[in-house]
Amino acid sequence: MILFDTVTKLYASQTHPALEEVSLEIEKGEFVFLVGPSGSGKSTFLRLVLREERPTSGNVWVLGKDLSRLSNWKIPTLRREIGTVFQDFRLLPNKSVFENVAFALEVIGKPKALIKKVVPEVLEVVGLEGKEHRRPDELSGGEQQRVAIARAFVNRPKMLIADEPTGNLDPGTSVGIMKLLDRINRMGTTVVMSTHDAQIVDQMRRRVIELENGHVVRDQSRGVYGYVR
Amino acid sequence: MRAEFVASEVGNGLRRNLTMTLAVIITVAVSLSLFGVSLLVRAQVDTMKDFWYDKVEVSIFLCAKGSDTPSCAGGAVTAGQRDQIEADLESLRPLVQDIYYESQAEAFVRFQEQFSSSPIADSVNESALPESFRVKLADPTQYDVVASAFSGRPGIEQVNDQRQVLDKFFQLLGGLQAIALIIAVVMLVVTVLLVANTMRVAAFSRRRETSIMRLVGASNLYIQLPFLLEAAVSAGIGAILAVGGLVLAKSVIIDQVLAPSFQFTSFVGWDAVVGIAPILILVGIGLSGIAAFLTLRKYLRV
Ligand SMILES: Nc1ncnc2c1ncn2[C@@H]1O[C@H](COP(=O)(O)OP(=O)(O)OP(=O)(O)O)[C@@H](O)[C@H]1O
Ligand SMILES: [Mg+2]
Repeated sequence: MILFDTVTKLYASQTHPALEEVSLEIEKGEFVFLVGPSGSGKSTFLRLVLREERPTSGNVWVLGKDLSRLSNWKIPTLRREIGTVFQDFRLLPNKSVFENVAFALEVIGKPKALIKKVVPEVLEVVGLEGKEHRRPDELSGGEQQRVAIARAFVNRPKMLIADEPTGNLDPGTSVGIMKLLDRINRMGTTVVMSTHDAQIVDQMRRRVIELENGHVVRDQSRGVYGYVR
Repeated sequence: MRAEFVASEVGNGLRRNLTMTLAVIITVAVSLSLFGVSLLVRAQVDTMKDFWYDKVEVSIFLCAKGSDTPSCAGGAVTAGQRDQIEADLESLRPLVQDIYYESQAEAFVRFQEQFSSSPIADSVNESALPESFRVKLADPTQYDVVASAFSGRPGIEQVNDQRQVLDKFFQLLGGLQAIALIIAVVMLVVTVLLVANTMRVAAFSRRRETSIMRLVGASNLYIQLPFLLEAAVSAGIGAILAVGGLVLAKSVIIDQVLAPSFQFTSFVGWDAVVGIAPILILVGIGLSGIAAFLTLRKYLRV
C-alpha cells in the first residue's frame, strides 16, 4: 500500500529536514496512527503519500506506483484512490451536505444517476441521513467532519488519509468519529491518521508509528500513544 | 452531466466577479475595435489604390504662350515639337498604354466646367492654358521612365504624375493606420495583463473549491476549464461588441457620411468587414485564452 524507502524531505526554506531517511511499509487493510510532537513531520509524511510534495531523496511507493516516476497528469488518478480528511473539514460553505459530497464525484465526471444513488448511501454510512439539505454552518463540528469523511469515502477509495481528524472536536465527538473510521477500515479500506489524541490511540490499540524530529522513533503493532513528557 | 456542471461553474464565476468580467469585456471591445479600425483603414487604402492607380495618368504639359520655364524659352510649342513628342510616346509602348491629346480649346472647356461657379472661369483666356498629352501607363510605378525621357525637353513645360499626389495621401492614411495599430497593440497588451490578473483573482477567490478538486482527483483540465471558458466567454462578448462597432462604422460613418460626400472615390465594401470580423473574434478569444492558460498554470498547480 505505502512504502517509504529512505525518504528525506527538506523544505526549500528550512535547514533541518522535516523527514530524514524514513523507511517503513504500511500493508493493505491496516489502521495506522501517526503520532509525535508538533513539527515532527506527520503532515509532511501524509503530503508525500498524496504527492502534494516530492521527497528530496528516497522513493515513495503508493498503491504499487513509484511516485517519483508518476507523471503529473496521472496524479489525479492516484488521488481518486485515496480519500483525505483534515482537521479543518474543508467543506464548501455555500453547498448543502448532499452537494458537498456530490461535488467530489461531479468534478471527476461521474454521471448524475450514479451520484443520486451513492451519495445517500454514503451519508447513511456516516450517520447523516435526514441532514442532506443542511449547510455546513447548520451542523456541529462532529457532523461536519462526518460530511468530510463521506466526501472522502464516496468514491470508495482503497486508502483513507486523515490528518488530525479529531483535532477540532471534543472527546465525546471524537469517539464517534473514530468508530466511523474503524468501521470504514473494517470495510477493507487502509486508514492512516495522524493525531495528538492519546486517549484515542490508547483505546484503539492499533499500529502506532511515532515520529520525532523527522525520524521514526517507534513502530508498534498494537501500540499506545506513548510516554507523557 | 459534465457539460452542465462546467456551464454552471462558468456562470457562477462570471457573476461572482462581475466588475472584473465587465472590465475584461470593455477592454477587449475597445482594443479589438481599434484593431478592426486599423485593418479597415488598410483595406480602404488598398481599395483606393486599386481604384485610383487604374485611373491615374501622367500629364505632359506643352509650352503655351506665357510659360516661363527655361524649356519654354522658345515660346509656345511648335507643331514639329508636338509631333516628335507624340512619336516618342508611341515608341514607349507597351509601357505607354493610352495616349490622349488635349488641345487648348478642350482644356478651356474643361476648365470652364471645373470652375463653372467661380469668377476665375471668366478671367482665363484660352491661349493661356497649356495643351497636353495625357498618358496612361500599363504599370503606373514606371513613371520615372516617362519623366526622364520628357521633362526639360524644349516645348514641354512640365511632366506631372498624379500618382505622386495620391501617394502622399496614401502615406497619410498609412500613418493613421499605423497609429491605430500601435494603440490597438498597446490596448491588447493591457487586455492580456487584465485577463491574467482577473484569472489570478478568480483562482484565489475559488481556492477552496480548486484545492478540494485537486484532493479528490479532478483532472487539471476539469479544474481549469471553467476559468478558461470564463476568459473565453468574456473575450467573446467583447469581440462581438467590437464587430458590432465595426459594422456600425461601416454602415453609418462610411456608407452614410463619407460615401455621399466623397463620391469621386470608392470605399471598402462589406466583404472587408466580413473578412475582419473572424480575425477580431479569433484574436480576442485566442489572446485571452492564452493569457488565462498561462496564468492558471502558475496558480492552479497539481
Ligand atoms: N510547506 C512548508 N515549507 C517549509 N517548511 C515546512 C512546510 N511544511 C512543514 N514545514 C516544516 O517541516 C517540519 C514538519 O512539519 P509537519 O507539518 O510535517 O509537522 P507535523 O508533525 O504535522 O506538526 P503538527 O502536529 O503541528 O501538525 C516543521 O519544522 C515545519 O516547520
Ligand atoms: Mg500536521
